[in-house]
Amino acid sequence: MRDVAIVGVGHSLFGNRYDVRLDELAWEAVSEALKDANLTVKDIELLIVGCAGGWSAEALPAVVCSEYCGTLPKGSMRVEAACATGSAALATAYNFVASGYVDIAIALGVEKMYESPTPVQIELIGRAGNYFWEFENFGLTFPGYYALHATGYMWKHGLKEEDLAEIAVKNHYYASMNPKAQFKKQINVETIMQSRYIAWPLKLFDCCPLTDGSAAIILASEDTAKKITDTPVWISGIGLSTGTANLSSRDMFLPLEYSGLETAVEAAKQAYKRVGIEYNQASKYFDVACVHDCFTIAELMAYEDLGFCKRGEGIKLVREKQTYNGGLIPVNIDGGLKAKGHPIGATGGSMIYSLTKQLRQEYGKYADSKAQADIKNGRAIAHNIGGTGHYAYVTILSLEKPHM
Amino acid sequence: MSELFDKAEKNLKETGLPLTEDQKTKMPLYISMRELPLRFNLGIAKIQKFYDGLKEGKIYLTQCKNCGEKFFPPQADCPKCMKSDMDWVPLNGEGELLTCTMIFVKPPTFSHYKDYIVGIARMKEGVKVMAWLNIDDPTKIKPKMKVRLQTTKREPEGLITYEFIPINI
Repeated sequence: MRDVAIVGVGHSLFGNRYDVRLDELAWEAVSEALKDANLTVKDIELLIVGCAGGWSAEALPAVVCSEYCGTLPKGSMRVEAACATGSAALATAYNFVASGYVDIAIALGVEKMYESPTPVQIELIGRAGNYFWEFENFGLTFPGYYALHATGYMWKHGLKEEDLAEIAVKNHYYASMNPKAQFKKQINVETIMQSRYIAWPLKLFDCCPLTDGSAAIILASEDTAKKITDTPVWISGIGLSTGTANLSSRDMFLPLEYSGLETAVEAAKQAYKRVGIEYNQASKYFDVACVHDCFTIAELMAYEDLGFCKRGEGIKLVREKQTYNGGLIPVNIDGGLKAKGHPIGATGGSMIYSLTKQLRQEYGKYADSKAQADIKNGRAIAHNIGGTGHYAYVTILSLEKPHM
Repeated sequence: MSELFDKAEKNLKETGLPLTEDQKTKMPLYISMRELPLRFNLGIAKIQKFYDGLKEGKIYLTQCKNCGEKFFPPQADCPKCMKSDMDWVPLNGEGELLTCTMIFVKPPTFSHYKDYIVGIARMKEGVKVMAWLNIDDPTKIKPKMKVRLQTTKREPEGLITYEFIPINI
């Protein structure tokens, strides 16, 4: 296997993108990534498209995007891992490059959620678990699934709804500086606490929005990367894990064993092993993290699942503001899914976009100097969850080449 | 969105094109008129016994005759020992509540029900089950509270399914 570097990144504006269709939206990220890498479409040998779909019209997003972006007749495929689809696309492209099959590949994530009305999206996302046993008769929604996590956590660790609100406050604060974020307004705890319940104990402002958006990451093999850029960002570790479709089958809710996503722990440990990171002291190895905060509770669980703190101590990190920039470990200082937006298939790529800019020390200029992490370790981590822990992908980026 | 559809349908009749503008973003949209209803036909030949049980007020788990592994939801094949020979065992019904939520914003196909509580409980047999919790006063819900799993007829469809009811409150 060869080392693989990120040589170009692109990202569309997130939000309601009624101004473009799926393929046009894809081009926004692809063209920006090509410019960033100083490459042309002809240089791309493979296009991996992450698009969860279902709510958008195109049944074959990979070919539609390939035609529009001009990558034909190069190969493509659509990859799906629910909300971790973008990371699955990256992992797939990574393996094609690492194996020597191609030298340059692009992982594109794209999602057009607003092509369907909101109730249809609520229904479709609610079905993302085990349709037959858990949705058909019990009508769960995505906030509902994560609300089960939140209740389980509250019963075990004394979490308060106000603690969750603090996570939303942080992520809206950083989204206000991100030029491509869906939400630019800061919010306070009072506003969040007064918002209506969507699925008790989660309220409107505990939830990420529905989003249209795209993100593109260009990967190159070591030799090729060195010709393209002086600042390659290496993919030094990937971990992935799959959990039970039925939420009720998991052991995480058991009173003695709760909490957290077993898949996220497993994916983190796999990735850490490849890089040589101690799980129990993981935070000290990274300068910045992007974690999957589709709901506020999800970010809290991520702190613990990634080994940034012990089980049940995530609340302490929140209360001490340790995940703001300058704290123990800056988390989602691009606004996160919560406020930057969560275009399902594009979210994984969006994390990699932010982290690449952070490691290159370009993020401050792109967003705001207050959101540029101090780069000391030269290492960043993306934690991307599909479904409610159905899929977990952990990707570690580094400035240092993995195999010296 | 139905407002968008109505306007586009009107415009199609008047102008020959199903175009309209989104009020919020002011963006011009082409509203596809092709509606695709989705309903699925799901095979239950291997778990027919589960539905026979529901009709008799029983909720079955399956247990592998070879290795003893228990399955709920019931399944006919044991991936652990590669055998497909199961005992069908009715659940005794006693359980403790592990977590729950109340769904306020519902999927459209559930919009005709009152706000409902979904819970997960661990049953005496060790398996865990998801179902609605039928409780008059949600403020009485307590961590690990005892619940009973039983079959129920859910109106207005008259659908036979299963639910939790609280014990001792």
